[in-house]
Amino acid sequence: MDFDIIFGNAARAAFGPEAIILALAAIGLNIHFGFTGLLNFGQVGFIMLGAYGTSVAVATFGWSLWVGIPIGLFLALALAVALGIPTLRLHAVMFAIVTIAAAEIIRILIGSTDAIGLTGGPLSVSFDAGAFFDLNPYADGPQDRYGVGTFAFTGQQMWVITVGWLLVALVSFGVFLIIRSPWGRVLKSIREDQDAARSLGKNVFSYKMQALMIGGVIGGMAGVIDAIKTSGADPNGFRPQVTFYTYTALLLGGTATYLGPVLGAILFWFLREWIESFLRQLAAEAWLPGAIADFLEGSEGIISVGMVGLALVLLMLFRPQGITGNRIEMQLDAR
Amino acid sequence: MRRGKILLGLALGLLMALAVPALAQDGADHGQTQLNGTIRFGFDQFFEGVTITVADSSGAEVGQAATDADGRWSVPVPGPGAYRVSIDTGTLPEGIGLREGQESVVDAVVDAGQSRAVVFAVGEAPKGTPFGERAAQTVFNGFKFGLIIAMSAIGLSLIYGTTGLVNFAHGELVTFGAVIAWYFNSSWGELNLIVAAVLTVIVCGMLGAGLESGLFRPLRARRLGIFQLVVITIGLSLLGRQLVQLFFGAEPLPYRDFQVQERWEFGPWAVTPREVATIAVIIAALVAVGLMLQKTRFGKATRAVADNADLAAVSGINVNRVVLIVWVMGAALAGLGGVFQGLDADIDPFLGFQLLLLIFAGVELGGLGTAYGALAGSLIIGMSTEVSTLWISPELKFVVPLAALILVLLLRPQGLFGVKARVG
Repeated sequence: MDFDIIFGNAARAAFGPEAIILALAAIGLNIHFGFTGLLNFGQVGFIMLGAYGTSVAVATFGWSLWVGIPIGLFLALALAVALGIPTLRLHAVMFAIVTIAAAEIIRILIGSTDAIGLTGGPLSVSFDAGAFFDLNPYADGPQDRYGVGTFAFTGQQMWVITVGWLLVALVSFGVFLIIRSPWGRVLKSIREDQDAARSLGKNVFSYKMQALMIGGVIGGMAGVIDAIKTSGADPNGFRPQVTFYTYTALLLGGTATYLGPVLGAILFWFLREWIESFLRQLAAEAWLPGAIADFLEGSEGIISVGMVGLALVLLMLFRPQGITGNRIEMQLDAR
Repeated sequence: MRRGKILLGLALGLLMALAVPALAQDGADHGQTQLNGTIRFGFDQFFEGVTITVADSSGAEVGQAATDADGRWSVPVPGPGAYRVSIDTGTLPEGIGLREGQESVVDAVVDAGQSRAVVFAVGEAPKGTPFGERAAQTVFNGFKFGLIIAMSAIGLSLIYGTTGLVNFAHGELVTFGAVIAWYFNSSWGELNLIVAAVLTVIVCGMLGAGLESGLFRPLRARRLGIFQLVVITIGLSLLGRQLVQLFFGAEPLPYRDFQVQERWEFGPWAVTPREVATIAVIIAALVAVGLMLQKTRFGKATRAVADNADLAAVSGINVNRVVLIVWVMGAALAGLGGVFQGLDADIDPFLGFQLLLLIFAGVELGGLGTAYGALAGSLIIGMSTEVSTLWISPELKFVVPLAALILVLLLRPQGLFGVKARVG
């Protein structure tokens, strides 16, 4: 059992592009759920449109990446508007179900064989993200590694990570500023009691819509980073559990806090990869009975995702405010 | 009238045909860029001598192949790119044609060094079946599917009605039923599926009792918020699905019994005995639940708890007992729904979660917490899903009920039969 490798893998996942994508998605969700009390269960839809908007603009229409990125973000914004108009007046649970349904509709349409000409359909889409990597200041030879042991990145990865974490920092700071403003206080009052907010003359629908749009665009940014990281997009990567992972990260770090979603995303990937690496190493141990080793072999990923489910249950039971949150802010009886 | 008297398990045949990629890749020569596939129907019919032609995107022919005795074909292509693959339906045996919705020309994209499987779903339904007959068949399929959704939805709806819990893990109860029945049927004692289904209903009922008394009753006592409860059920759903994947595996598997059946013909419909049995059992179960809610003391108590749990408690109703029975009943019916769904399509870990969104759609369409609304909503969802395949490709069919759900909520947020209440 080599714990250097296990911790190295876990640290690489915790600071790599996956954690950046999850952090951005969770920051967006935090605006929806944490600050406004909207039970958005379709965050993956915003990520998907961010990723596919960018990919399709470059791959299918041959436009520049710098045109593709705004298109991806604009599509996420458009989804927020299209989703918000009919659904923001619904009961919280219905809103949750409708948002899942909307994200699934988009995924099925994007992934259908009828859409092959536009999105690549079930075959996924890939494009040349060269415009982004041309700016890469890190030396990117086949031998170049940045880090120690298994906690090391290639030059290209370093560039994605640098830009990604800068974006996370910038967005987090922006969220800090807008939530501290009078506008942000109205959002929180809607979360606590929207009838009270309405009785003070606030247009609850309009505030909810703005929150949905801002959080959706931040989710779209997660999609853009995802598209650049993989130089493409695959419909199978946007199933409903992505939203559930995002909730796990948010709830782990602390809902309705500024750094909670970032902390949660880092922890989420650290723990998930740690468990997976640990099980992989365990399966290779000689002292383990053969039957158990065979059972573990190849099931590491399945077990680690199961652990996410268990973590959600335990978090809600014993520490609903997460690591940094305030318990009182989590006692909303969402409507 | 349909051609051919002896018709095999149709749904299974289609699904197996769609599952071909996994098998086809076994024989693939790794490293060579090629297109391949298997032309077959069900488990045991492989078609030899079927001609497959591959052309590049400009229409120039790249290669041609005929299937071997095992129905396999492969055509090497010069490089990665998009190709058009066509099947010569004239070379298929007498009485065999492409399945509805299957085009004879398919576009496929292949990467360098990859073998890409191309599927042609063949079956006994030749193209050119009159529209009226196809419509009648899809209405029948939709009715059956709607009934399966309705039976699975009863538990979700009653549990919401009596306790206010929205159970996102309800789909996993459905999956669990399908999987447990599969184990009874194929592995533990190799029981007949009917016996297996009865045992499954008992096991699922016990699971429901365990969930209620071991988890959700203590949680109600702690007065957790609605959101915390929803997240707990999502966590359970994720955990349950991963457990099924861990033990059962991700590969779809069928039951051993009732797969190959002769079809009965009623006017425009050709139905298998198992479909008739499915419909009969579900209708009987729905009528029994309806009578129980309307006529028995327990039903009256359930409605009282759903109306106002505190008032019910002060008038001497044992609320926890009512909720426990509702959970047992709901979980048992969900498990049985899973068995029927698994009989219709194969069993896989995502069976229940796929159904869950449609169950939600059915329940919401009818109006949350209304028993008959949920039934009507589920039938509408089932029908619209299947009937839509008359016009759109089957892979898009789940879009229709989900879109219908959003549309109805836009026009009538309380659902078709719900009572209006102001929110937001």
